[in-house]
Amino acid sequence: MVREARGLVRAKNCMEIFQLLIGGLANGCIYGLVALGFVLIYKASEGVNFAQGDMMMLGAFVALGLGNSDQLGLPFGIAVIVAMVLMFGIGWGIERVVVRRIFGQPQFALVILTIALGFVLRFAAGSIWGYSPLVLETPFAGMNFRVGGVVIGMADILAIVVTLILTLGLWAFFAFTRIGLAAQAASQNQMAAYIVGVPVMRINALIWGLSGTVATVAGVLYAAKGAIDPNIGLLGIKAFAAAVIGGLGSLPGALLGGLLIGVVEPIAARYAPGELAQMSPYIIMLIVLVTRPGGLFAQIQAKKV
Amino acid sequence: MSLLAVEDLAIHFGGVKAVDGVSFEVEAGEVFAIIGPNGAGKSTIFNLISRLYEPTRGRIHFDGADITALKAHQIAPLGIARTFQNIELFDHSTVLDNLLMGRHIHRRTNFVQDILFLPKVRREEREHRRRVEEVIAFLELEHYRGKHIAGLPYGVRKVVEIGRALALGPKLILLDEPASGLSVEESQDVAFWIEDMRRDMGLTVLMVEHDMGLVTQVSDRVLAVANGRPLALGTAAEVQADPEVQAAYLGTGDAA
Repeated sequence: MVREARGLVRAKNCMEIFQLLIGGLANGCIYGLVALGFVLIYKASEGVNFAQGDMMMLGAFVALGLGNSDQLGLPFGIAVIVAMVLMFGIGWGIERVVVRRIFGQPQFALVILTIALGFVLRFAAGSIWGYSPLVLETPFAGMNFRVGGVVIGMADILAIVVTLILTLGLWAFFAFTRIGLAAQAASQNQMAAYIVGVPVMRINALIWGLSGTVATVAGVLYAAKGAIDPNIGLLGIKAFAAAVIGGLGSLPGALLGGLLIGVVEPIAARYAPGELAQMSPYIIMLIVLVTRPGGLFAQIQAKKV
Repeated sequence: MSLLAVEDLAIHFGGVKAVDGVSFEVEAGEVFAIIGPNGAGKSTIFNLISRLYEPTRGRIHFDGADITALKAHQIAPLGIARTFQNIELFDHSTVLDNLLMGRHIHRRTNFVQDILFLPKVRREEREHRRRVEEVIAFLELEHYRGKHIAGLPYGVRKVVEIGRALALGPKLILLDEPASGLSVEESQDVAFWIEDMRRDMGLTVLMVEHDMGLVTQVSDRVLAVANGRPLALGTAAEVQADPEVQAAYLGTGDAA
């Protein structure tokens, strides 16, 4: 009897960890996608876009505005695609209108500029959609699968699958296409990119657009898991930690950093004292920075002498 | 008609007249050198031709067309390649990838074709690789093909940059101090390569160089500049014999 009960407890613990893991991976994918946005911009403009989280927020709201039945009421799939295109335009426009003007200024200028931009986006979303939480209507809301004793939400599965596909797509884009290779070249050395014929500015605008699209995907996946309000962009700070953990210049590193934070957070929340869960992303970031200052996927390896 | 014609070129940074009224013409198939003391404005002339700087006044013509209003990325497709004094390479990539990036303007396939890796893309890739391999063989870079730039010695990086310029398949190549920081043997290699570029590849070479030995050995004509202004134009011997040039280098008199 006692042994049986102990076995049951163990099985229950196991399932609980598995449950936490699935939810953590799904959250981690969203962090990872926002972190990908940080990396894209870092590669293009050699600076950090602190409005990345707010771009995710705006992307989610644009999809909501297009798709929800009390708003424009477009079919969900079309609403998301149109939102992705619109947010590409917004990202592209931000580069053309604002970021390009501070080209050549110290990195600090871009930091301040994007922090301000974040406030503007938050205010814009707040004045259009209000500050109380709204729910994005999705065709898969409330859909669950039961595997053994574990409940897996459709939104979680989608978050994981979509993130994998998108990351693979981005990787293929940068590794194989003419534009992707040009973007890599521009991120390594703008002067050299110019003289081999790469339109560096145009490429930068494209990358900002791309990061707007990626942010929208992250926003929709986030919104599919719960309500959104204009302040959800603060999640970007956690995603920034994920990008730093990954090495800030590495796409797979960003995704891995996001997954790491996503998984550790709920497990810390379950098994460690209260505040530790909130601190865990930053504790991981500190540990990584102390032990591997360049991040897990450091682009610049220290030269061995 | 000359391949490159620079007319009354000037650029002022605030009150500093870095280049102030320089004119010269480079004939097709010629090796043309620009010499001058440090800060004379030689590299600035290159940056103006590359369209990295906006001239205050003057025009630049290449191959019969006015290129003064073009953007920096529109210069390479015309057939102008260059190197930099301080070496501008893609440091986190391999030698091979750097050279392949030199083929960028010749890539004709589009996004979808690239992603699907269609036969057309593969054919093109093979052609680019073949061209790059020719450059590798010419500059004897076989040993470094797969190495990352960041770990390479200075002299090799300098050669890789020349290689990337050649991979563009240019008509005109601008070499900014190709021999600076190189050993005597390496400089000699550069001299041979420049002669081969002209003779075997039919290239026109415009270079900025301090090493008068190299300049004398390879160049047809030499332009001396100081303080952004032209001093003398002629053969290497003529320019070296010019009293104004000698004064500018030795700092005697008030030639400037």
